[in-house]
Amino acid sequence: MGDYVRQLQLPGDSSDFSRKQPLALRLHLDLPLLLLLALLTGFGLFVLYSASGQKMPALIRQGQYFLLAYCVMFAAAQIDLKRYERWSPWFYLLGVLLLVGVIFFGVGAKGAQRWLSVGGFRFQPSEILKLVMPLTVAWYLSSRALPPRLKYVLACLLLVALPSVLILLQPDLGTALLIAASGLFVLFMAGIGWSYIVGAFVLACASAWPVWMYVLKDYQKQRILTLLNPESDKLGAGWNIIQSKTAIGSGGWEGKGWLNGTQSQLDFLPESHTDFIIAVLAEEFGMRGVLVLIALYLLIVLRGFWIAVNAKSNFGCMVAGSITLTFFVYIFVNMGMVAGLLPVVGVPLPLVSAGGTSVVTLMAGFGVLMAVATSDSGRRR
Amino acid sequence: MPQHIPLKDPGGEARLFITRILFSVLLVLALLGVILARYYDLQINDYEIYRTQSDRNRVQLQPLPPKRGLIYDRNGVLLADNRPSHILSIVRERVDDLDATLAELQLLLPISESDLENFQQKLQRRRPYEAVPLRFRLTEEERALLAVNRHRMPGVTVDAQLVRHYPHGTLFSHAVGYVGRINEQEAQSLDERDYRGTFHVGKVGVEKFYEDLLHGEVGYQNVETNAHGRVLRVLERFDPVPGADITLHLDFALQQTALEALGEQRGAVVAMDPWTGGVLALVSTPGFDTNLFVNGISSADYRALRNSPDVPLFNRAIQGQYPPGSTVKPMMAMAGLQTGLVTPETTVPDPGWYSLPGDSRRYRDWILKIRGTGHAPRVDMHMAVAESCDVYFYDLARRLTIDRMHEYLSGYGLGKRTQVDTTNERPGVLPSTRWKRDAMNQPWYPGETLSAGIGQGYMLATPMQLAAATSVLATRGQWRTPRLLRSVAGQELPNEPVETISAPPAYWEAVHESMRAVVHSARGTARKIGEGIRYEMASKTGTSQVIGIAQNAIYVEADVAERHRNHGLFIAFAPYEAPTIAVAVIVENGGGASAASPIARAVLDAWLVDDTEPVSRVPEEQTDG
Repeated sequence: MGDYVRQLQLPGDSSDFSRKQPLALRLHLDLPLLLLLALLTGFGLFVLYSASGQKMPALIRQGQYFLLAYCVMFAAAQIDLKRYERWSPWFYLLGVLLLVGVIFFGVGAKGAQRWLSVGGFRFQPSEILKLVMPLTVAWYLSSRALPPRLKYVLACLLLVALPSVLILLQPDLGTALLIAASGLFVLFMAGIGWSYIVGAFVLACASAWPVWMYVLKDYQKQRILTLLNPESDKLGAGWNIIQSKTAIGSGGWEGKGWLNGTQSQLDFLPESHTDFIIAVLAEEFGMRGVLVLIALYLLIVLRGFWIAVNAKSNFGCMVAGSITLTFFVYIFVNMGMVAGLLPVVGVPLPLVSAGGTSVVTLMAGFGVLMAVATSDSGRRR
Repeated sequence: MPQHIPLKDPGGEARLFITRILFSVLLVLALLGVILARYYDLQINDYEIYRTQSDRNRVQLQPLPPKRGLIYDRNGVLLADNRPSHILSIVRERVDDLDATLAELQLLLPISESDLENFQQKLQRRRPYEAVPLRFRLTEEERALLAVNRHRMPGVTVDAQLVRHYPHGTLFSHAVGYVGRINEQEAQSLDERDYRGTFHVGKVGVEKFYEDLLHGEVGYQNVETNAHGRVLRVLERFDPVPGADITLHLDFALQQTALEALGEQRGAVVAMDPWTGGVLALVSTPGFDTNLFVNGISSADYRALRNSPDVPLFNRAIQGQYPPGSTVKPMMAMAGLQTGLVTPETTVPDPGWYSLPGDSRRYRDWILKIRGTGHAPRVDMHMAVAESCDVYFYDLARRLTIDRMHEYLSGYGLGKRTQVDTTNERPGVLPSTRWKRDAMNQPWYPGETLSAGIGQGYMLATPMQLAAATSVLATRGQWRTPRLLRSVAGQELPNEPVETISAPPAYWEAVHESMRAVVHSARGTARKIGEGIRYEMASKTGTSQVIGIAQNAIYVEADVAERHRNHGLFIAFAPYEAPTIAVAVIVENGGGASAASPIARAVLDAWLVDDTEPVSRVPEEQTDG
């Protein structure tokens, strides 16, 4: 932590420093993390090829997304942490404004307005918030003594609540919860008292009834009911869960072999290349494949925590911790819902499910993580 | 640079972060443990369950319906075959807007209300990827229309299926019967396994009676399907065993002759080979096109058949119960001889009427209204049969008594089902004192014995029973159960006599002789049909009253409404010396036996004479119904 003070004292140029740094550090890359991500995305493409019905175009498109995502990650890693800290409130404001814009000008489908269309280019402002939320809360707390006092905690909760409620109005419960969680994780890292955490947990349980009664829409209730008893609606909402459990269970220890999963190859498994891709993996590669995937995820998460612990600033530590925890939430929710542990919400299996948006957002997060890992090792800017 | 520098307690903050990260790591490990436990549970503990479920998902046991056995006449003319029929089905899952698709289909081809109703019912029971039939029997034109427009209607499919077809339309409607779609009630009584994949079952007649033979055995195939139910490959296959092809005793030409001879009249003809019991012809008019029933008759067509005053669906040959009238007289004569009450030489005085001792009521002879007197001053058995003298049989009946009459006439199969191999046969009535007590809870009156003696009153018989009884006369006492089925898959079925009436040959000869005189004598009641005949037959005419005639009224044909006119009956076997055919004919409201006898002659001619003048065995119309 001695560097911390030095960092403040040395605003000057020290370019000669960087020449002595390893190439990876100079490029602001965290090699272990990069290696793990490469392994994961490579494995993901393998599974995706099978899950998408062995269609080469789908694979190529996902490859292009990955290429784009790695570029974004690389770019994000180059930006100095101080800039993130300084810019985050402005991005936060922009994000909130866009979310308000979605309410008035948004486009969407199936009763939900989630998209903004600007010059023919459609994007979801909520994606921006996924990254900006932890940055902003961390910005707010980084200049205060930790653990934060109650009024700062309340201010943070407001910061978290504003975009979350806006997203909830779209309505997009899953994303709202994920974004709220990424902000709350920062608070958790900042060391708010256990009494708050336990209290919030109790409050959440207590509010389950009014939320069920007044907040959840019918389709959301249906998902929860289906989770509790998938057999009640075998051909409708329960179909997905029954088929995905069958796919996972029938994989056994060894799996049916790559491209040989009958559940996925014969179209019994819905959404096999997106949200339910873990079922394809579990069916074709068996428990062994699931263990490999979980090991990869665990190593990435542990590396993320390692980066957080070794961060040179409170801001970096909180951001890295939050990003890593949020990444884990994706893993847990997706693997849990496909296995019938959690209700079906639209959460992809990170870096394996097909789709561009989530991959780019996640990799941008890993870029920030790398920025945290490398920001103080060389030049400050 | 920020002005407020957090220099509060860097060491404390670092410890705080480490604590929180450590807690996070523990939380992550714990939650991953939960996930792993869940996957372990699914993949290792319950592996067998899900493996089975996945196989069941993937592998479908598909029934392969057997081909229904064909039905031939005795000469190999096809009476029932199978033809591909095209079915329009809809796969719900692949249709975007079902109502729009249905509306569009209705513009292309006729879809009836009942089709739609049926479809909607089935739609609720099937899974979304299963095809639900909407219209059966698509025509060539409809199929072409669908083929052109199908690209606009995803989920609409046309499949071919083998369906029963009756090439001769109405000709064999009552002889062969028909199949129809399995209804709810039948679905419950049929073996579910045997009828998986089969849509039709025998409903009436031979088709129903020999259902087990004709149906065959269902086959199965294990197929790998995708979630949409499309078959990807066949893993295993057990071929179905097709139903047996059966040959009937029926003769196409004889059947056709009988139908033509009956023409527009309501009636029935049953012809039998007396030595085998084989049914050579079974006609009931009017008939109907059995093809209408195969894929569900339209309610308009059904109503028309149902409400017709001629009741075309009623099989007069086996369901029609008529007073046999004078056709029982040869059997009565045999009973008289057997009991010793008469000899061929016994004579009875005939004033044209008969009355019971001590009773003034006169039982008239039918000749009375024509001649005003009896057949002759004294009548013997020969004359009594040939000229159908009632008075002779009134006297015989009285002396025989009703219960002995019952005993002797049951040897000819009257009063009970003949057990012919078809459905819905009725037993007729052969009265006795006991029968009347059981059926009507009334005592038997002596006058009723006289009516029974000439085949009137309570006595009822079906044309099938009369043909079988005629066969017993022809074979001198051998009762055989009438049979439509001649051979199964080329294997002939023997039909030995079940019971035999034993009587001295002289008795049979006397009765046969008197029956020969019906046609072949100057005063026989059917002498008119003897013109130009090239063989000899033994026969008996009969007339049965439809309504009771008041005691003193004289029956005048012209005054009676057509539906109240007497039924005409005629039984015969030929050739006289060595009979090969026995026939029974009834013409409803024909007025008298003269309506029935020419029909019998035509049938006998067709059987006995037609070798010189072959009848075309090709059906006249072979249009697809």
